[in-house]
Amino acid sequence: MKVRARWLIPLAALPLVGLLAYGFRTDPRAVPSPLVGRPAPDFELTAFDGKALSLQGYRGKVLVLNFWASWCYPACYEEAPVLEDAWRRSGGQGVVVLGVAIQDKEPASKEFIQRFGLTFPNAPDPDGKVSIDYGVYGVPETFVIDRRGMIRRKHVGAVTEAVFREWVEPLLRESAASGGARPVPGVADRPDDRRPQAS
Amino acid sequence: MRAVPLVAALLLILAVAAGSGREATAAPVRDEDVLAVASQLRCVVCQNLSVADSPSEMAQQMRGLIRERLASGDRPEQVMDYFVQRYGEWVLLAPPARGLNLLLWLAPFGAVVAGLAMVLMLSRRWRRRPAPLESAPTPAVGPAERERLAAELERLGD
Repeated sequence: MKVRARWLIPLAALPLVGLLAYGFRTDPRAVPSPLVGRPAPDFELTAFDGKALSLQGYRGKVLVLNFWASWCYPACYEEAPVLEDAWRRSGGQGVVVLGVAIQDKEPASKEFIQRFGLTFPNAPDPDGKVSIDYGVYGVPETFVIDRRGMIRRKHVGAVTEAVFREWVEPLLRESAASGGARPVPGVADRPDDRRPQAS
Repeated sequence: MRAVPLVAALLLILAVAAGSGREATAAPVRDEDVLAVASQLRCVVCQNLSVADSPSEMAQQMRGLIRERLASGDRPEQVMDYFVQRYGEWVLLAPPARGLNLLLWLAPFGAVVAGLAMVLMLSRRWRRRPAPLESAPTPAVGPAERERLAAELERLGD
């Protein structure tokens, strides 16, 4: 009886220690997004250059939607050239990049854009509506949206070339293989959705 | 005659007051209602702070959104649902008591019951153990120790 009791206490503590060992090793900020696999929330933004942007305008293209801030150093500074490079390589065909500056001051955002010579569209999100709609909890966060407007991947942290290789480029092939984009029922029914996709 | 500008001024003040009063009622969402929802949501850029308590810009924007949704006629549960759909159940400070979460809710009660059982068991065992004797037998001093003591005393005496 006594011998059993002596082992009972550490034995009872074992699951707790296991739980803590698991819990402390996970990143409290890495929360899986419930939006992956679901239609991307619609948005309407006004770019820094005044152009109106909406999700509808990106139908049929693979959209890399990147949330950033000028104060987000170093991750946003690391990924900016990667995003710009990908945008220039695709030339607005197939893969498109859209940047949304969140929780930022407009002059600071513009300075950031100038500093990296970003040519892909960028827009502020002054009341945070778009970022909350996408369940963003930090910067940088990037959503990969396929040609049908479905969120296929959420990437937390700086975007790298590998992210484009693994998660963006396959979507281009996939869509081409299935014979162009099909509109999501009830989401989009625009004539250009039925247009066969180039590239 | 001199009362005319005075009356006019009074009327003007009243009109302004009425106008501001109407403006206040045009926003029917009370701060308490916004905070009631916000205090149940986790501030997503903080650690262990609610949207109501956080001074961060993100929490501020979320409070604005909560107010907007309530103003548009959403019930508090619908507003919470909106956030859960985007951030997952993680965003709720109190996870709903179902599924695996039940473990979370019941574990504290289980721990209290286990603790009480342990205290009961131990106290019973301690009561069963015989009380220590009034005069504990002093360790016997053997002849060898007696001899050594005498020798050392003698040496001290020198």
